[in-house]
Amino acid sequence: MELLTFGKTGWGDELFYATLMTIAVSITAMLVGFFFALIFTPLKLSKYKTLNLVGNFYTTVIRGVPELLVIYLFFFGGSGAIMYVASIFGYYEYIEINAFITGSMAIGIISGAYSTEVFRGAIQSIDKGQFEAAKVLGINKFGQFYKIILPQMLRLAIPNLSNVWQITLKDTSLISVTGLVEIMRQSYIAAGSTRDPLFFYSFAAVLYLLLTYVSMKLINKLEVRYSRGY
Amino acid sequence: MDFDLMITSFPKLLGATVVTLKLLSASLFFGLFLGLFFAILRLNKNIFINKFAYGYSYIFRGTPLLVQIFIIYFGLGQIEYLRTTFLWVILKEPYWCAIIAFTLNTGAYTSEILRSAFQTIKPGIIEAGKSLGISNKIIFYKIQIPIAIRQSLPAYGNEIILMMKGTSLASTVTLMDLTGVAKYIISTTFKPIEVFIVAGGIYLFMTFIIHNVIKYLEKKYSFQQ
Repeated sequence: MELLTFGKTGWGDELFYATLMTIAVSITAMLVGFFFALIFTPLKLSKYKTLNLVGNFYTTVIRGVPELLVIYLFFFGGSGAIMYVASIFGYYEYIEINAFITGSMAIGIISGAYSTEVFRGAIQSIDKGQFEAAKVLGINKFGQFYKIILPQMLRLAIPNLSNVWQITLKDTSLISVTGLVEIMRQSYIAAGSTRDPLFFYSFAAVLYLLLTYVSMKLINKLEVRYSRGY
Repeated sequence: MDFDLMITSFPKLLGATVVTLKLLSASLFFGLFLGLFFAILRLNKNIFINKFAYGYSYIFRGTPLLVQIFIIYFGLGQIEYLRTTFLWVILKEPYWCAIIAFTLNTGAYTSEILRSAFQTIKPGIIEAGKSLGISNKIIFYKIQIPIAIRQSLPAYGNEIILMMKGTSLASTVTLMDLTGVAKYIISTTFKPIEVFIVAGGIYLFMTFIIHNVIKYLEKKYSFQQ
């Protein structure tokens, strides 16, 4: 237990900050994912075949390729891509991207593919009559989406989004390969310097369990809130 | 685009795919039995057995696969006692550690899939079996299990694909699977996009095959309940 004390002798404070880092990366990645879902869901639901193709390409490729491979692509390719763009503007110095940004972008794109599928499913399961009724009442397109479709969609999407959140939270452990100090990386460092991998990795497992448990409880509350009236 | 690199790395990556497939098939094979075993425990009326099975699936579904591999590969070797038993022959090999971790992980998900499949079987089917004078054991093996397997095919197909992606984590414990070799080529040539396209293409091809096989099986074994 003395291994977990705060301060210079123990790993308690390091692991605490690492846990905060995991939470921060997960939330950022989830938001990045929502951003991608916002772009690709309309593409998947579009009337035009080409747009459908683009949307399907995104979700199929990302969901069919291992997360680790996507992370390696971003880790090794990220600064190269940025430097290429910069060289067009005449900047030739070496640019290094922060591990936090690389990680949350990579996980965000993965999470976005799952969110896209969830939103698509939720919108498709809303009764067609709702769209028609909104139209008949003369509500404009913006109002139709935000006041009629979105609230109903969220109710249907939240249970599945909670799965996406769990996947995203667990995927952040993979960012440790890029050197970002989150739970997994910190445990790796602590295990290396104390030669007690069993304890630290088990503790990491407990931290992850705690995170998934607490977030489940919070999401359940949200679910109740959005199911009012049903 | 460096097409030469794509062509030269293709055979190397294809060779590594064999390792990926071996890991996948071994862990799915053992995981299916483990999952079935724990699904049956979940349906047990004894609250302790029930809770034990729930705890197993909760822990393995609530933690990242990476942690599980690290505990088994780095952690278990620390226990002095284990080093003296025959288990050490298995646990010192990263290959077997990866298979154990994957098996335990997929077993947890499979047990949930099978449990929900068992629970959706209509009671009328079991009652029909009983009224025909079939013993409980035969009802379970010849009626409940086949129906549950059919019911769980779509979800299990997803689990196979997830597990295929999960095998990429074997590369973190020094195994040279598809992702491991891809990473090695990327880090020596610094051409991530080319290698990603080839390795990702191989993974997508496998996903495509699995998806279609499951679809075919679903159609073949579809029936009206």
